[in-house]
This record gives sequence, structure tokens and C-alpha cells, in this order.
Amino acid sequence: MIQFSHVFKRYPGGFDALKDVSFELAQGEMAFITGHSGAGKSTLLKLITHIEVPTRGSLLVNHKNVARLARRQLPYFRRSVGVVFQDYRLLTDRTVFDNVALPLVVAGVPARETGRRVRAALEKVGLLQKERIFPLQLSGGEQQRVGIARAVVNRPPLLLADEPTGNLDAALSDEIMELFLDFHRHGTTVLIASHDQRLIASSGKRVLELRLGEVVADHGGGA
Amino acid sequence: MKAWVVRHLQVFFATLGELVHAPVANGMTIAVIGVTLALPATLYVGVQNLQRLSGGIDAAGQISLFLKRDTAQKEIDALAVRLRKRNEVESVSFLSPDAALEEFKRASGFGAALDALQRNPLPPVLLVTPASRHRTPTALRTLTEEFGKIGAVELAQFDLEWVQRLQAILRLAERGVWILTALLAVAVLLIVGNTIRLAVLNRREEIEIVRLVGGTDAFIRRPFLYAGTLQGAFGALLAWLLVAGTLALMSGPIGELGALYGTGAAAAGLGGSASMALLAGGAGLGWLGSRIAVERHLRRIF
Ligand SMILES: Nc1ncnc2c1ncn2[C@@H]1O[C@H](COP(=O)(O)OP(=O)(O)OP(=O)(O)O)[C@@H](O)[C@H]1O
Ligand SMILES: [Mg+2]
Repeated sequence: MIQFSHVFKRYPGGFDALKDVSFELAQGEMAFITGHSGAGKSTLLKLITHIEVPTRGSLLVNHKNVARLARRQLPYFRRSVGVVFQDYRLLTDRTVFDNVALPLVVAGVPARETGRRVRAALEKVGLLQKERIFPLQLSGGEQQRVGIARAVVNRPPLLLADEPTGNLDAALSDEIMELFLDFHRHGTTVLIASHDQRLIASSGKRVLELRLGEVVADHGGGA
Repeated sequence: MKAWVVRHLQVFFATLGELVHAPVANGMTIAVIGVTLALPATLYVGVQNLQRLSGGIDAAGQISLFLKRDTAQKEIDALAVRLRKRNEVESVSFLSPDAALEEFKRASGFGAALDALQRNPLPPVLLVTPASRHRTPTALRTLTEEFGKIGAVELAQFDLEWVQRLQAILRLAERGVWILTALLAVAVLLIVGNTIRLAVLNRREEIEIVRLVGGTDAFIRRPFLYAGTLQGAFGALLAWLLVAGTLALMSGPIGELGALYGTGAAAAGLGGSASMALLAGGAGLGWLGSRIAVERHLRRIF
């Protein structure tokens, strides 16, 4: 599903955020990326959805070279990847419902179908009763869960999550992790950046460790 | 297809809603567009009306041949006969100095003052009406020049010369209106472009997020194009109202002018096709201006 080979990322200004990163993530696999703050976890995820482009090396997602995607193909590619952003990236002037509906609206899903799927996603993250509220009226953890609902609402085959439990207490974190595991069981490929070692360990999945932009460990999880 | 229509309608009404929600900013833009479009539209209507007025004036024309004062009556008669024989000429009539003076006294109201004159200052005049085939402006001009060279003729004058000059000026003015229209169309493009540019910048965050979840450029563009098109259309509507208002204020004087020249008829407005052209032009310029602005700024967001 995802294939990094000798990927380098240098930000304008000369900082090397990723150095010679190579790994593969199979279709239907679930893995964690861990590492210290500034290790390059978010950068790695940004490369996968073409928010940033690799400076060198090749990156295939679903056998497509993301860096060479034509501009007009990019939106369709992004619809096949659900992303939970570290900074949530919610529309503050739209309700929770409208935020979660956005991926369906841009894809032209009919209104009735949209309503059904949005409520299902909100139900999963436990925010069904807050659908009419605006994001800034929510707690950090609630905003994070709106972002998760938005990422999964159109059931993408690939799910990326950047610190999806960063603002959640242990119980809620476990619940959200169960949600990701559930997606994984239904065949979704899942890649999560996190430094919640407890959560990573309890899941028993594969872990890639980044340090200063380099992959320093890759313990396979098995299943 | 149905989904496509529904989506466009949604954006259309959402955009309309936003215009209503930000009435001051949008109202300003619409007002500027309205005034900008009203200027060439008003001039257009003005030129059209003057053209109609001047065109209605009897284009038959008459050439007046002012003869030298000492020309003998016999000579005048011979000249009249000679002119009548030409096939460019339909009829020739003679106006003696005395008859001319009588008419002038009657028409001018200076009767008593003119009575005081020692002698009649007016020359004998032959009024030549050209045949209908020779009533084109150029033919009339050629004839007038030719008659001017006749020995007994002091001065040959084409009565409708001023109409022709007016028409020439109007043609020039018409061209001026088109040039002005082109310039102001560019101004409208810039006005809409600037408003949409600010809107794009204001919604930069939103555009980025829509892009991240897979919104196409067309999807992102759509509300801005609607906003630009609606602003242009409302601006054109305002321009139309301004023209109508101006015309209402001017209709009195224009009507008098028409009566004065015997062409009658009140002032004509923009008319159906010109009104449609104004509205379509306004909407089209709004669309184009927003399209250019959105395109330029979308390229800058990633
Ligand atoms: N747009 C940017 N321009 C320049 N440098 C950047 C940019 N984004 C990230 N960096 C740098 O790249 C490095 C890796 O950043 P990244 O966000 O990938 O770290 P991270 O592993 O996600 O950290 P955290 O756990 O704190 O989220 C950091 O040192 C950061 O300063
Ligand atoms: Mg990060």
C-alpha cells in the first residue's frame, strides 16, 4: 500500500526532516510511527498525502508515485486517504456536522446518504449529540474526535492519523484505538503517528521508530 | 445530472446568502460596478437618442444658392431653367430678396427694426431640391461644391450640413463610447477581481482544508465564481436603474428637442436587447474577473 524508498525531505531553510527513509506497509496492515518530538513523524505522513513532497527518493501509495500525481488527480487520490491531523484542521465557522460531512460533500455524495454516514461516524467517536455545535465550543479532545470522524466518514482504504489521542484521557484513548483496530479488521490500512507507548504496546502492532529523521527501529507486530 | 443541478443550486443560494450576510462590503462592490457600467450605458443611450433625432430630420435636404446681388432677373431665370434640366435636380424654386425679407420679418419678429433698413440686405436665392437618388451625404456635398462654382452664385450652402456634422460627431462619439466601454469593462474585471481576491485570502484556511479532504479546484472555485457573477449581475442591474433614472430626468428636454426638430417621439431607453446585453455583460465580466482572481490565488495555496 505504501512504499518509501530512500526518501529524503529537506524543508526550505535547509533542515533535513527525513533522511533516507525506506519501509513498506502492506495492504491491510496497521503500524505506528513513533519517535521524539521533531523526529519527522508528521513530515512522513504529510508526504503520503502530498501536503509536502519528497526532496529525493520515491514514494508509492497504492502503486502510484504521489510526487508525480497530476494536479487534477490529487483530489481523487486524497479522497482515498483519511487523515487525522495533529492540529485538527477543522472549519471553525461550520458545525460539527458540516465538518464531518465535508469529505462527502466535496465528493458529491447525496444529502440523505451524507446525513446517515455523518451520524454513523459521530456515533463512533461519541459526539452524536454535539452535531450542531461549532468546533471552538468543544474541548480539545472533542475537536480531535471530530477530526477522527471526518477522516473515517467516507471509509477510505488508507487511514493516517497524526497523534489522534494526543488530547484524550486513557479511557477515551483506548476507545479511539479500538475504533482504529476495528477499521483495520475490516481491511483498512492504518498508519498512526504517536508517542503514547502504552497504547502502542497494548495494540501489539508493528512500530517504526524515527530519530532525527531516520528510521532507527522497525519491530514487526505480526498480525 | 440531477445531483449536479442540486449542487449548483446549493452553491447559488449559499452565495446569495453570503451576499446578504455581508451587505456592506458586497453592496459597495455592487455600487462601484453599477456606477462604472452606468457611465458607458448612459452615453450609449444619449448617442442613440441623438442619432435618432438627427436621423429623423428630413434628410431630403435643400441646397441654397445665394446669388450675387447684382444678378439680373433674366440671368436668374436662365440659371433656374438650366438647373432644372439636370437629372440630379428634382425642383428649383426662386426666393426673391423681397419675399425673403418678408418671411424673415414674420419669422424673426424684428419687423419694425428691419423696416428701418435703407435697402434690402438679402440676396436673391435659388432653392434646389436634389433628386432622391442624390440625397446621400456625399452626393449632396459634391452637388453643393459644383453649384458653388457657378459664376452667378455667391455661396452654395447645403442646409443640412449641420445635421451631417452632428452625425459625424455622433459616429465619433459612438466609437468613443465603445472604447470607454472596453476600458470600464477592464475596470469591472479589476473591481471584481480584487473583491474575490480578498474573499479567497479570507477563506484561505477553509480552501486548504477542502483541498486536504479531496475537494477539486472546480469545487473550490464554484462559490467564488457565483459570488463574482452575482456581483456583476447586480451591478449591471443597478447600472440599468441608474440609466433609467437618468433618462427619466432627461426625458423632458429630449422630448422638447424632438418637437423642435419635428422628429417627435420621447426619449428611448436602453431597449430589450441592449438591456439584456448589459446584464449579460455585467454577469460575464463578474464571472471572468472572479475566475482570473481565483485561478491566480489558488495556485499560491500549496
Ligand atoms: N514547514 C516546515 N518548514 C521547516 N521546517 C519544518 C517544517 N515542518 C516541520 N519542520 C521541521 O521538521 C522537523 C520534523 O517535524 P515534524 O513535524 O515532522 O515532527 P514530529 O515528529 O511530528 O514532531 P511532534 O511529535 O512534535 O509532532 C522539526 O524539526 C520541524 O522543525
Ligand atoms: Mg507531529
